[in-house]
Amino acid sequence: MITMEHVCKSYKIAKRNAGFGEACKALFHREYEVIHALNDVSFTIHDGEMVGYIGPNGAGKSSTIKILSGILTPDSGTVLVDGRVPFKNRIDHVREIGVVFGQRSQLWWDVPVIDSFELLKDIYLISDSQYKHSLDELTELLNLAELLRSPARQLSLGQRMRCEIAASLLHQPRILFLDEPTIGLDAVSKLAVRDFILKQNQTHKTTVILTTHDMQDIESLTQRILLIGKGQILMDGSLDDIRTENDSIDETIAELYRSYQI
Amino acid sequence: MKKYLSFFRLRFVMGLQYRSAALAGIVTQFVWGFMEIMIFHAFYQTDAAAFPMSLSATASYLWLQQAFLAFFATWMMENDIFDSILNGNIAYELCRPISIYNMWFSRSVATRLSRAVLRCFPILIAAALIPHPYGIDAPASPMHFLLFVLTLILGLVVTVAFCLLIYVLTFFTISPQGLRIVFTSSVEFFAGAVIPLPFFPEKVQKVMELLPFASMQNVALRIYSASMSTAEMKNAIILQVFWLVVIVAAGNLLCSLAEKRITIQGG
Repeated sequence: MITMEHVCKSYKIAKRNAGFGEACKALFHREYEVIHALNDVSFTIHDGEMVGYIGPNGAGKSSTIKILSGILTPDSGTVLVDGRVPFKNRIDHVREIGVVFGQRSQLWWDVPVIDSFELLKDIYLISDSQYKHSLDELTELLNLAELLRSPARQLSLGQRMRCEIAASLLHQPRILFLDEPTIGLDAVSKLAVRDFILKQNQTHKTTVILTTHDMQDIESLTQRILLIGKGQILMDGSLDDIRTENDSIDETIAELYRSYQI
Repeated sequence: MKKYLSFFRLRFVMGLQYRSAALAGIVTQFVWGFMEIMIFHAFYQTDAAAFPMSLSATASYLWLQQAFLAFFATWMMENDIFDSILNGNIAYELCRPISIYNMWFSRSVATRLSRAVLRCFPILIAAALIPHPYGIDAPASPMHFLLFVLTLILGLVVTVAFCLLIYVLTFFTISPQGLRIVFTSSVEFFAGAVIPLPFFPEKVQKVMELLPFASMQNVALRIYSASMSTAEMKNAIILQVFWLVVIVAAGNLLCSLAEKRITIQGG
């Protein structure tokens, strides 16, 4: 179970206007602006749930994921993931979770994908039999057989993303955080990734939290959506709650964003 | 422990695949060593007695320095680590059940080791074939050789621990440029990479030998040709261990502070 209560997180950002004079001025006097990425965020997610976490760019989605995965420390509030405080005991916490950041790569660039997997096996202390079992299963479901022996740098984005997702699941985590897993993927790869996430949730009862801007992802994957804007949870419900008669899903969401002025 | 060994292995194997870089390195270091010996030769011709080390001891020092350059050159840092902090890929490292500090440590040792393994043998063999006093001599005694190996390893880990301080500080400064320039140039000077420490005025040398920089290449390279007395060797090794403990402790402390106030750059 995942609970977040009254979580706040702010960043300090140096700001200045354009131009040489302003740059010189900034040498002596910096102006900072405090950005409230999360402002009193609370929610609860139960085991085996699949939750879509949506909101416009800069709403605080990634910050939430990073706090839940123990990377960032919140300024205030309580966070509990299966009874653990992620940022207090990072190493114990991350053993039990899997994370995919769609915009980054966890595979080693210059070596075959399988080498990165072997390294993860050692990092998570996965036993030989469990590793073989996970690898076989993931290879089959994500169709990786052809890819494992190529260096990561020579894979296309869609191929790499399939490998990234497999890499995050080798240790069979109970909770999976997906931060824009379908960003930049073509239709075929998107369908493959969605299909896989759905299966993973059904067969392993993995709790999945997914951030995305692709509303088809949300439509096909999640029953529950959390809407965040300006650092606050604005809505916690299902897609049916917000759906209007004739609009497409994208228009519905755009309308929703407008109605909350975010 | 096993996970850090895996990092070590992967990094080591990766390092071994850059063959042309190694070849270029060997040529550069050979030419550089040759040039330095020519310069010292010119000085020694004026008055050999005015120098604290014999020409052949200096030549051995320089050839060993060139052969093991990858162990001690602080300007050879892991750009991957800086990049991961600058572009935010560190996020992935942080969601692994590993200590960032230990992982960086094993990676850095592996990189330096793989670079040195590829480069040192051709240089050492060539230098051994150069006639006395311009080439590299045999070690002063078997005992000196063993101590040389020990202090070489200690020097390597002190250097790595020192570089790790700079990686960790990058969490706070955002850009590594300024730190890198200040640190690497002071290390080059104070470690005896530009000129060996015995060539400095005696009082200056006394102070320099106490600094952590002297625990890098200085000890091993001087022990090899017996340019240190037994008492000096003992003190130098104790200092190496002392600085290793202090720098590693400081690095770990800074790292845990950094983890608390980390920001991931680039969203």
